Amino acid sequence: MSRLAERLAAQRAASRKTLTAFVTAGDPALSATVPALHGLVRGGADVLELGVPFSDPEAEGPPVQRSSERALANGVTLEHVLAMAEEFRRDDAGTPVVLMGYLNSLMRMGYERFARRASEVGVDGMIIVNLPPEEAAAAQEAFRARDLDLVFLVAPTTTTERAARIAARASGFLYYVSLKGVTGATHLDVDDVARNVVRLREVSDLPIQVGFGIRDAASARAVSRVADGVVVGSALVDIMGELADTPESIPPRLEAWLGELRSALDAP
Amino acid sequence: MPRSNRPPYDAPDADGRFGTYGGRYVAETLISALDELNALYGELSADRAFQDELATDLARYVGRPTPLYPAERLTAELGGAKVYLKREDLSHTGAHKINNTVGQALLAKRMGKPRVIAETGAGQHGVATATVAARLGLACRVYMGAEDIERQRLNVYRMRLLGAEVVSVESGSRTLKDAMNEAMRDWVTNVDTTHYIIGSVAGPHPYPMMVRDFQAVIGREARSQCLEAEGRLPDVLVACVGGGSNAMGLFHPFLEDEGVDMVGVEAAGLGLETGRHAAPLAAGSPGVLHGQLTYLMQDGDGQIMETHSISAGLDYPGVGPEHAHLKDSGRARYVAVTDEQALEAFRMLNRLEGIMPALESSHALAWVIAEAPRRPREDIIVANLSGRGDKDVPVVAGLLDAGADGVDGSPDGGAPA
Ligand SMILES: Cc1ncc(COP(=O)(O)O)c(C=O)c1O
Repeated sequence: MSRLAERLAAQRAASRKTLTAFVTAGDPALSATVPALHGLVRGGADVLELGVPFSDPEAEGPPVQRSSERALANGVTLEHVLAMAEEFRRDDAGTPVVLMGYLNSLMRMGYERFARRASEVGVDGMIIVNLPPEEAAAAQEAFRARDLDLVFLVAPTTTTERAARIAARASGFLYYVSLKGVTGATHLDVDDVARNVVRLREVSDLPIQVGFGIRDAASARAVSRVADGVVVGSALVDIMGELADTPESIPPRLEAWLGELRSALDAP
Repeated sequence: MPRSNRPPYDAPDADGRFGTYGGRYVAETLISALDELNALYGELSADRAFQDELATDLARYVGRPTPLYPAERLTAELGGAKVYLKREDLSHTGAHKINNTVGQALLAKRMGKPRVIAETGAGQHGVATATVAARLGLACRVYMGAEDIERQRLNVYRMRLLGAEVVSVESGSRTLKDAMNEAMRDWVTNVDTTHYIIGSVAGPHPYPMMVRDFQAVIGREARSQCLEAEGRLPDVLVACVGGGSNAMGLFHPFLEDEGVDMVGVEAAGLGLETGRHAAPLAAGSPGVLHGQLTYLMQDGDGQIMETHSISAGLDYPGVGPEHAHLKDSGRARYVAVTDEQALEAFRMLNRLEGIMPALESSHALAWVIAEAPRRPREDIIVANLSGRGDKDVPVVAGLLDAGADGVDGSPDGGAPA
């Protein structure tokens, strides 16, 4: 079983909601990322999502767009991102790290080379925003050969039939996109999420993490009632952007901010 | 002219593949909208009533057929092959873009979507979208890069007069690709109520196929007009390539005519060797952007590079996947001409034929100017004059005033070389 699957199974066994935290690699500085990841773990993150910045992040709202632009201005490459994961792993062997990004970054490196490097440095899988399962055969083969999880997304517009087909090919977890929109959107409808997660449960036993539009303890808690966990990102990268001039203050701020979310998730 | 014995050209396949290119690399949220569009389009392309409605609109509203004009003074000046111009500049709103928006607006109406959105570079597609939206009473928002808003002001006013909302896109390189990112974000958010009218043969399946089909009226007309005027097919077709819609529209009905060569002209900007251009087929490599696998201008890490062209409509780092396929298969070939060559062609057509071409179309004409003298007088070249150049007057005037290289600034000018 992969580190990710193991962690998620343990969370379920302990009835603990999974908190997944997203930051963009290399934002606001190359040296800021690894300390930020450790800060997030101290704040209560169970899974880390590390964004691979791309020049044309078409599914992202302004916070993640700005964060990708800051990272790219620092010259971040996919190799840098992998090196950051490797450095993080030296001090944390247990927390799963999943990359998130766009297909062109992987295509350019080559799926096999990427998969080999990713597994060498202790990355556990990847969420590829613009890779629906129909187009994923080649990438998935390379990932399987290295025991990496390829996480697929399910949206409010996904039919139940299609969700079943996606689930049959997915590994790790299902990423349920909470709303029609981009990351960081503010029109989250918890009842709608609940209905759709119930529908998903009928076709899959995989853990379901809900992301997009979760910005604070209240929305995290509400959504976590119906899902296995939540993903937060835009709110975190906004903090990173605000503290760009004082990078040493980033890890404690992330830890404190995420700590509040953690408490809200864990409250009885 | 003999048609080939090879199997008929029937790309794309059901998955939207042209050879290895194309596909649907989009966020999951959009898949259902693409499925819906694909199913409806499949139905309507075989539906007689729909096709009649489209043909009527093209005739009465767009003004089709557009003429195939023999450019006699240009031909005489060049001293070689006979040059015909397919006059898309004479269609309503002044460019070929309207052929596609008329078709897609009918689709939006059938889907019951009250709102349309579009990306635009030169503003011609934005104007064409705003135009059909006004005619059908649809709400319309157009995304346009801040840099393009600056250099295509005339079209921004036109869109606003037509009742569209024009949104300035400040992210990334502030040109067409960023406008397309922003339009995709809008679509993902408003997918229930909104149809996204993509303006070229680019994007996820079924757009490259559908836009090509709507634009193929250009090639169907040109084919029969050439047969009528000359009793035979042309030797070579030429068109500029931004996303590739006017070129695909001209090429497609000729793909099985083996003796007809096809040349797509990309923007070499300041020169391919400078890296400041917009020529992914000539100088790029395959990758995924905006839902499609195709040739892109990208760096070693897969980041999309900034492009440069004097012509906003060609200033795009990708190209429709069918062109990628035609390039690899050798059925069409692709070249690039510089800003300077395009300006020279712009000037020459004004002087010799009394026609002001768009800067985009001037790229195709620049290739004609270089190529026609090398060919015998019996050869026939059909060039797609994809649009008119009124929108480009401020940019060209600015260069004239500055006395830029390759542009003759004197009021009475000199004869073209
Ligand atoms: C007149 C004209 N020609 C050509 C183009 C390029 O688009 P395409 O390559 O899709 O024909 C444009 C785009 O704005 C245009 O306005």
